[in-house]
Amino acid sequence: MVTMNSSEKAASKACQQGPSRDNSKCIKEEKEKDRDKKDNSALPPGVQALMSTIPSPEESPNYLVYKKMEAIIEKMQDENTGVPVKTVKSFMTKIPSVFTGTDLVAWLARHLNLDETWEALHVAHLLAAHGYLFPIDDHCLTVKNDNTYYRFQTPYFWPSNQWEPENTDYAVYLCKRTMQNKARLELADYEAESLARLQKMFSRKWEFIFMQAEAQSKVDKKRDKLERKVLDSQERAFWDVHRPMPGCVNTTEIDPKKLSRINALKAKRLRQCQELILQHNLKNNPIVTITNPQESEEEIQKKNDNVIKENGESSQPPIPAVTVGEVSPQPASVEQQIEAARRQVSMLRTRLERRNVRVSKVADMFIAYCEQYAEYDAFLTPPEWPNPWVSDTTDMWDQEKQCKEPLPLRRVRRWSFSLRELLQDNAGKEHFAKFLSKEFSGENLKFWLAVQELKALPIRRVAARAKDIWKEYLAADAPSPINIDAASRELTRQKVESGTADRYCFDQAQAHVYHLMKSDSYSRYLRSEMYKDYLNGSKKKTSVKGIRSIVSFTARKETSAN
Amino acid sequence: MAADTAVAASPEETLESLLREAEALKQKLEEERQKLNDVSLSCVAERLETIAFPNLKLRRMLKGHQSKVLCSDWSPDKRHIVSSSQDGKVMVWDAFTATKELTIAMPSTWVMACAYAPSGNLVAAGGLDNKVTVFPLAGGEDEPAARKRTVATHTSYMSCCLFPNTDRQILTGSGDGTCALWDVESGQLLQSFQAHAADVMALDLAPSDMGDTFVSGGCDRAVLVWDMRTGQAVQAFDTHDSDVNSVKYHPSGDSLVTGSDDSCCRLFDLRADREVARYSKESIIFGVNSVEWSVSGRLVFAGYSDYTACAWDALRGARVCVLCGHEHRVTRVQLAPDGTALSTASWDATIRIWA
Repeated sequence: MVTMNSSEKAASKACQQGPSRDNSKCIKEEKEKDRDKKDNSALPPGVQALMSTIPSPEESPNYLVYKKMEAIIEKMQDENTGVPVKTVKSFMTKIPSVFTGTDLVAWLARHLNLDETWEALHVAHLLAAHGYLFPIDDHCLTVKNDNTYYRFQTPYFWPSNQWEPENTDYAVYLCKRTMQNKARLELADYEAESLARLQKMFSRKWEFIFMQAEAQSKVDKKRDKLERKVLDSQERAFWDVHRPMPGCVNTTEIDPKKLSRINALKAKRLRQCQELILQHNLKNNPIVTITNPQESEEEIQKKNDNVIKENGESSQPPIPAVTVGEVSPQPASVEQQIEAARRQVSMLRTRLERRNVRVSKVADMFIAYCEQYAEYDAFLTPPEWPNPWVSDTTDMWDQEKQCKEPLPLRRVRRWSFSLRELLQDNAGKEHFAKFLSKEFSGENLKFWLAVQELKALPIRRVAARAKDIWKEYLAADAPSPINIDAASRELTRQKVESGTADRYCFDQAQAHVYHLMKSDSYSRYLRSEMYKDYLNGSKKKTSVKGIRSIVSFTARKETSAN
Repeated sequence: MAADTAVAASPEETLESLLREAEALKQKLEEERQKLNDVSLSCVAERLETIAFPNLKLRRMLKGHQSKVLCSDWSPDKRHIVSSSQDGKVMVWDAFTATKELTIAMPSTWVMACAYAPSGNLVAAGGLDNKVTVFPLAGGEDEPAARKRTVATHTSYMSCCLFPNTDRQILTGSGDGTCALWDVESGQLLQSFQAHAADVMALDLAPSDMGDTFVSGGCDRAVLVWDMRTGQAVQAFDTHDSDVNSVKYHPSGDSLVTGSDDSCCRLFDLRADREVARYSKESIIFGVNSVEWSVSGRLVFAGYSDYTACAWDALRGARVCVLCGHEHRVTRVQLAPDGTALSTASWDATIRIWA
């Protein structure tokens, strides 16, 4: 009994699908008509609009790329300026509408202004991998720059039509291929395996899959011979895209982030649709008649609840119902929109107030930065020690880790680029601290570092640490007082003493101190004998050491060679 | 209910006037921006010599994932890499010897993001589970998976994460359109950042003196610069034509490069408050998944969905080198911390090191 039921279902499904599939094959209008039919149901306009946007092709993450490729393909198919398509005679048979790989690659190179052949070949390969064109007798969708024949895919099968073919369709297709006794339709090994697997999977409704395949095969047989050849190959290429040969890339896959996004959007739209239908039903039939048989008990219950509420509240039902229906398709309420607009306006205002720099000046700054740092860019200047990835030695990292005095000249010179560079390097930080303590102004740096550390603490320890910092540097009897303006100190004091000390309570004081260090101590440090000596020391000794290391390096090489 | 409609009329008016005002401000802003746009970057950069760029060669290949590699991150020790994959595994590699050191099985597949902590002792990963889980690597005898801790929970997938200069906090971006800063120890939300109108795809921390700003890019095509202290967006760029998949600060911290599904990388300058360069080519039609700078800011690296990665001369705007070899989309390009190598991760289940 159960089998009967399920097979009946399958049969009716097959009947529904069968004819539409047969007729619509390769005819795009048919599909569009189908879509129209769906939309023509008597639903409120809001729902129709929403329905038609599920799953909106424009939102598909691959849409932009598909459109760009289709633009190229269209140009390629131009009768005069496109790729030359011809029908080739070979022995007793004709090969209809094909072009060679060489012609294709040459055309792409010419029309996309590509200097190098590999790039044109790469674009050709991508077009093939997405199924816009295909080798006439190879399951592997790629392009070779030779006399292999290729054919264009019909727009009906383009991936931008958002095909998500089901396994049953694939089973029907494979099954059909076994019915036609033609060498070119013979199943490849992996296809035969798929067929066997699908047969197992769909064993219950295999009869109907077989029937469907038989029906399709009959229609196919009535076609003109050459037309059949083309259609067969296009259908095969379609499945090569959607069920690629093992080892080939499936180009229809969507980025997991984007897929999650699309799924969430779909779910949201469906929910909105359901709400709209609900309201529509309420409006039209005060006594609820459920049109959707799949609706669960729960939802019916909910609906009834709503009706009761609606009736209980309102003695003037129709007007508010209409307003609700009009407003709710928009995702945000008016208040939210106003809030968003307010935010936008204030954001724009602040942007207008900003003092911006001219592009010419910015460009100069970019260039200056590059020139200053080119020496440190391993891709532009070979590093002092051999690049570990190229030379397979870790000398460079070992050297850095040992951090032996004197440090390499270019490392020390980098400290003079900015205070940030100096503080980023632990050795630089220490040397700067030494300098400051000599000048009796070490507490500024200590305070700044303490606040940096505070910001990086687990939240649990922030309040206690903030108090410590206050006691150490800012309180009236602080052992290492720092000099900041009264306003900043007062602001900080309020925050710390009220017990609401957060990670940013020293923000102003810290910025003030940093500015002081940058404009005062740091420039004095750079001018100081202490830094100059250090710089010179590393210059002299590095050069000696550099020679020694080169000697030892070559010596080692020789020994290893021996 | 009738009263409701009466009230609703005036907010609509305010809304309209607000929108009008916004339009006017936008126009004025555009005029102001145009005034400052006196010359193009590539024009000024013409005086520079073209880079004699030695083509980067493949140096290492990390094989072991069963499925697409969705994210990777360099360890601060310059030789380890953490990677996450659609097979639900997080792996830690010694990239120098090209060996796998650790495999962590995640509770859900689709691990979209992973990050190394600045100390090198922690990794964080998450994705479709909407969470960030932190795994300690060093210390203890148990498997890292046994000592994991869930730190953050979003209401949608977690698309990107990073440690903001400390092991104690983690910054995440999510499909729910928000970014958030979390306390690792307690899992407490420290600050939420809300202004994106759609899913957040990428994050980057500013290399500034204090490290208190970061940038995010999302599917609303916007790039927002945030102040971590206030939770407010302080600057915005919105000239991309499609989802912004990646964003990266210039090493100076004064500008950003972004990569988008519109197959274009753009250079936005924070000082000029505008787009100052665009890196695109007619033959590049696939989206950009990841962008990166070289140490000097002269080169911009980009990873594409067309299976390639390439290097652009950021100043002159010309492509200088293409990295071919991956057999599927390149999801991530990242410079080693010392700038000596570039890593690329791909859907072909490999991670490759170029130098």
